[in-house]
Amino acid sequence: MTLNRRQILLLLPAATVAWEYVLAGNPDESPNYKMSEHWWGMLIDITKCIGCGSCVRACAMENDVPEGYFRTWIERYHVSDWHIEAPEVDSPNGGKDGFPPGKEEGGKNFFVPKMCNHCVDSPCSQVCPVGATFHTPDGVVLVDYNYCLGCRYCIQACPYGCRFFHPKKHTADKCTLCYHRITKGLTTACCEACPTGARQLADLKNPNDPIHAFLKTHSVQVLKPHLATGSKLYYNSLDGSVR
Amino acid sequence: MEGFMYPNEVELQWSILIVLYPFLTGLVAGAFILASLERVFRVEEVKPTYRLALLTALAFLIVAPLPLQLHLGHPERSLEMYLTPHRASAMAMFGFVYLWYLMAVLVVEIWLDYRRDIVRLAQSSRGAKGLLYRALTLGSYNISPGALRIDDRVGWIITLIGIPSAFLLHGYVGFIFGSVKANPWWSTPLMPVVFLFSAMVSGIALVLLMYMITCRMRRVAIDMRCLDTIAKYLFYTFVIDFSLEMLDLIHRIYEADESFRSLDFMVHTRLFLSQIMIQIILGTLTPLALLSLSQLFRFSVAARRRIYATAAFLTIVGIFAMRWNVVIGGQLFSKSFLGYTTYKMDIVTREGLLPAVALMILPFVILYVLIKILPPWQAESSVVVEAHGDD
Amino acid sequence: MAEFKDSAHLIRLAGVFLLGLVLFVVLQRTMTPRSFGRYGPFRGDALAEISARPVAYAGHEVCETCHSDEAALKASGAHKTVNCESCHGPLAKHADDPGTVQPVLPDVATLCLRCHSKNIAKPKGFPQTDAKPNSGGKPCDACHKPHSPGLQAGDKK
Repeated sequence: MTLNRRQILLLLPAATVAWEYVLAGNPDESPNYKMSEHWWGMLIDITKCIGCGSCVRACAMENDVPEGYFRTWIERYHVSDWHIEAPEVDSPNGGKDGFPPGKEEGGKNFFVPKMCNHCVDSPCSQVCPVGATFHTPDGVVLVDYNYCLGCRYCIQACPYGCRFFHPKKHTADKCTLCYHRITKGLTTACCEACPTGARQLADLKNPNDPIHAFLKTHSVQVLKPHLATGSKLYYNSLDGSVR
Repeated sequence: MEGFMYPNEVELQWSILIVLYPFLTGLVAGAFILASLERVFRVEEVKPTYRLALLTALAFLIVAPLPLQLHLGHPERSLEMYLTPHRASAMAMFGFVYLWYLMAVLVVEIWLDYRRDIVRLAQSSRGAKGLLYRALTLGSYNISPGALRIDDRVGWIITLIGIPSAFLLHGYVGFIFGSVKANPWWSTPLMPVVFLFSAMVSGIALVLLMYMITCRMRRVAIDMRCLDTIAKYLFYTFVIDFSLEMLDLIHRIYEADESFRSLDFMVHTRLFLSQIMIQIILGTLTPLALLSLSQLFRFSVAARRRIYATAAFLTIVGIFAMRWNVVIGGQLFSKSFLGYTTYKMDIVTREGLLPAVALMILPFVILYVLIKILPPWQAESSVVVEAHGDD
Repeated sequence: MAEFKDSAHLIRLAGVFLLGLVLFVVLQRTMTPRSFGRYGPFRGDALAEISARPVAYAGHEVCETCHSDEAALKASGAHKTVNCESCHGPLAKHADDPGTVQPVLPDVATLCLRCHSKNIAKPKGFPQTDAKPNSGGKPCDACHKPHSPGLQAGDKK
């Protein structure tokens, strides 16, 4: 669609206003955002994921994720018959370029997007020697790139494999739940890019957030519940074979 | 990579430098425990090794933080561990345990034990060396019997405190691994205990070897009563260490939890050389067999020396392999239990083989300097005694 | 008194330790970052630093402020759940300065197949295709308009 100059001049103020809130700064000083009013989580619907990799690409572009490392990735599962404890899993380049067709071998096949679970009782922040990885008051687990020593204890402690050592920053790095976006009223890059709505940002403190109704009406799981990490990454229809 | 690993897991995070670190602190703890045998438990026989053991502990303790510094992404920020230590983190608390052990235990104990020699050397030395000794006296030249008696008393108390401190020093390292619930190869309450006993084993073996080597270098007869006693304690400690490791193994095999199949496969393939061949057969069963033979049968002095030296050397190699198997092994398998990766050790980079080798040699260099500054032995007579065996 | 004289060196040692302790406390007070502990056991300024990162994706609401026609067309078709930047890439720079920064449309063949290539792991009922036999060599958008991909009568040429 091409706009003539008059149309642009009319629309510009509206766009600017829409854009202004996007550019608002500090979460604790921003008049639009109060940390105490939010408790962030994420919902991933396995029944909707098509393994297109848009989320992986979007995250990489939004957050300058270095090649070969992943803040989020997709795994493809193949479960043959009753062998729930021995699935075949692959994740070519984290699913960034989608997946090759795959063998037509029956059984059960599905995609599982993975990312930081932003655990309430995260083992990563427990082991950090200096407090460089921490919980924000609104429930996001972050890394302080100007304080991290790069000891990599947190990477060892994460049961989900969502952390990596940034080759340029020489600190730990991981999904930030697009903190720089959600504190400005936007959704995360992965949710924005997901074409099927398989990924949805959830504000657990917001009574109107659709997550509450969803949790009540669907069979929802978290990864590795036996480790009691307090994961806030909820999966709809997560198969028992998923590691 | 083999099978499936979470994409971020393929690259190992903790390198050979992190294998070196528990190895070095283990030697410290072990050497100190041997020294404390004489001081607190009055095992007279090992007195000839008392000062040597303390200096060995100090040399290794000084080098211990270096592999960590080389490993850090931002070593210039290491002070943060002392400025804003996260109390829930074992690694943070370890910074203080290290500082406590270095300053309040080891340095003080060495100072108290050496004070008479320091004062004498301060009075008799010239130049830079003299300056060093005078600084070490802290300005006090009182070596009267009364003062020395007080030194002895306080030293005894420090050693007493030092024993649990040494346990803490190395137990903490074990806890750093043992408390990681995400990693089933590491996560066990036995880890601090296994680490501690293997540390004692390696430390005692090291002092045994150092004693034999320094006697040879000084052309002085080896006190066989001392050597036999050290070997005896090495044997006892090794039996306990072996039992603990066997307990862990049997327990794992029996319970066969979710991780077992993956770990079992890893041990039989990726870790076959380092765990089964080097750690178990060469580094544990062989020295144990040698030591038990020496406890059960009478051998000549020469034979005993050879047995002890071989057993001690193999022990140290075995304990290094144990650290390797814990640290590297814990990162070779995927937390999905569906795959494995390999450790590509560089040679010349910051975390490569060469720096690791250099860091292994450095404590001996430091020990040499320490022995020169604080000689563990009284001045020898000019008669050279041939250290030949006869029995 | 003799006792005291004989332990004078220990007092000096204690003095050294006390000095060390004082030095440590001074170091800690002066070198700990000011904002540490403001919101919890971490450097409070980190929150601002992390949130200050510029966004790359504008978000579909911003796109729709100007491009309401496309938005309306999309909302009634099968691609209604597909946000603008999912296909068009991150366009915050374009939203910031629409005149100068022009979005580059990705290659149609790669783009469509990323979602719609046949894969056994995709949910049943999701439209998947073997591209070659279906298209007869034409690009996907020859028949399927991306903003409203459903085939209408007369679309197939």
